[in-house]
Amino acid sequence: MVEVILFAIFALAALAGALVMVSARNPVYSAMGLLLTMFSIAVFYIMNGAHFVAAVQVLIYAGAVMTLFLFVIMLIGVDRAVDTDETIPLQRPMVMLLGGGLLFLVIFAAWDVWITGTASGVCAVDCTGTIENVSDELFGAWLLPFEATVLLLTIAAVGTVALAQFAVKPRLVESGGEEE
Amino acid sequence: MIPFIAQASADGLQVEPHWYMALAAVLFTIGAAGLLLRRNALVMFMSIELMLNAVNLTFVAVDSGLGSLEGQISVLFVMVVAAAEVTVGLAIIAAVFRRRATASVDELSGLKG
Repeated sequence: MVEVILFAIFALAALAGALVMVSARNPVYSAMGLLLTMFSIAVFYIMNGAHFVAAVQVLIYAGAVMTLFLFVIMLIGVDRAVDTDETIPLQRPMVMLLGGGLLFLVIFAAWDVWITGTASGVCAVDCTGTIENVSDELFGAWLLPFEATVLLLTIAAVGTVALAQFAVKPRLVESGGEEE
Repeated sequence: MIPFIAQASADGLQVEPHWYMALAAVLFTIGAAGLLLRRNALVMFMSIELMLNAVNLTFVAVDSGLGSLEGQISVLFVMVVAAAEVTVGLAIIAAVFRRRATASVDELSGLKG
């Protein structure tokens, strides 16, 4: 019963955070809403026994990624005109329709086939997501993909440095016409 | 009545993996709607992060439903890819902002024919 109450509280928090993120005019509020959602999802991870993933979620997502987001928001400036006016006709009704359709499809059409089949893993005794169990799996069967992520992160870091060193030349013609 | 609620109340209300799946579906939909609605590049990026988080929640819920660990490994990989994506994406947004002084994707129409 405690679990149900916890689920209700944090499900509401996650949904509220997501809605705030989408609807807030100020990007800082959006970031705060996303932060709330990420913390709630970390709680759900703990309730599902994924302790290590929950810790990583708080450290990487709520810590590093959101800090980076807030940093860039502050860098770009939050006091600019916001984008709440419609430029495409019927954009909002179309989004509501498409979103509702997607939700209907996922929840009601796929209801009975959400979780089927059996586990393919090797863990038969203890499947809690502790550091020991996760690292056994990660450095055993998943070692090669793990090494591939190292390559990916290196490429991302190099690309970021290359982007940051991009020399900014002022544009001569602003409207993109003929530049001679 | 929706089947699993009847079943859960017969068992003396417990949190089923299906609940997490439904919540993740709603969160994913909110993220997709935000991606379509907003035109601030940063908020669009955050919507993508929300969608990734919803999928991660699905992985973990399936894991606890099936009693396996592969989903959690997948979540770790998704997190790594998301971190790399955020790094490069925010660098691109900052570079675009330095050149064009805007974060709105509507004004970035230089490639339009």
